Amino acid sequence: MKVVTANFMTCAVKGCKASPASFPLHFHDAELELQELDFQAEFIQNIVPRLDWNGLQVTANELGFPKIPDTKPDGDALNDEQTLRDLHRLLLETQVMEGKLKCGNCGHEYMIKEGIANFLLPSHLV
Amino acid sequence: MADNDAPPADERAQEAYEEQNVHEVYQQIAEHFSSTRYKPWPIVERFLKELSPGSIGLDVGCGNGKYLTVNKDIFIIASDRSENLVRIAVNHQPHSPIVADILHLPHLDASFDFAISIAVVHHLSSPDRRIQAIVEILRTLKPASENHPGGKALIYVWALEQKNSRRGWDKGDNQDVMVPWVLKNSSSKGGSSDAPKTFHRYYHLYEEFELERDIRQAGGRVLESGYEKDNWWAIATPSNE
Repeated sequence: MKVVTANFMTCAVKGCKASPASFPLHFHDAELELQELDFQAEFIQNIVPRLDWNGLQVTANELGFPKIPDTKPDGDALNDEQTLRDLHRLLLETQVMEGKLKCGNCGHEYMIKEGIANFLLPSHLV
Repeated sequence: MADNDAPPADERAQEAYEEQNVHEVYQQIAEHFSSTRYKPWPIVERFLKELSPGSIGLDVGCGNGKYLTVNKDIFIIASDRSENLVRIAVNHQPHSPIVADILHLPHLDASFDFAISIAVVHHLSSPDRRIQAIVEILRTLKPASENHPGGKALIYVWALEQKNSRRGWDKGDNQDVMVPWVLKNSSSKGGSSDAPKTFHRYYHLYEEFELERDIRQAGGRVLESGYEKDNWWAIATPSNE
């Protein structure tokens, strides 16, 4: 699972969605892998405005990434190649291969195995 | 399994029925199924290509992920109930598909520009569950506001009216059917037999106007709808009432 994907996920439990604690989900025991991808500046420029920046800061911190900027880059900052390359690496090239994603509201843990996160709920949570 | 095994009436039983007659089958046939699904359908292709760069949306029931690379300027969070299909779909960079259930999507409300769900809703085995699936998709879309038109979902389902197809169903036929999938050379998992194995998947075949009706019941507004090659399709948006 990529870091960018995590920015668009929340708990699958219906009752959790209204709770601010259900976003972002929290990574635990994450094993990362770098998968190189062609750098496309425009793609990053296009999706950055759509990211939840606070959520991304939490995720980057949990995955042990160096601190990302305090505020979401926009305007000129979005033309800075180094900024875009750093975001490309964090958002698209970083894969969480193993680990857990935990809901801060209900505490349910979703497993990530071989790079694939599984959000199917056990029957008692459906 | 007989061709006319009707789905059960009780909600829990319906879940188990789909587990056996949809999810388990896709797990088994994932690889072969994927090898036969590579050409994007024209209306889906058009819908995706018309999205503006930077659009972010969902592909609910992405199968092998054949729609993920149609438009390189958008980002799609794809999901499927079958882990084996997701394992195939993850090869479409830069997307990273997940395993999820259409009735319990792990996404926030009102967040996405678009969603597609192609040949998925017809696998749910009761009217309620099919409507709930559409409710769940519409829930994730941005509602319309003064400056934005709102998120759009493209939903495709198999049509009852397809008398010129190989299956030959038509108006008046039973809408709840078991459809065989013949898996040849099932040699991958230690089986020594080369005899083809037949799996049956459950489908609800949609009749004319039924998809539009389900969308309205789900609280959606139909923007456009039609028929393409044995399927009914509709583009829907959350209704703002």
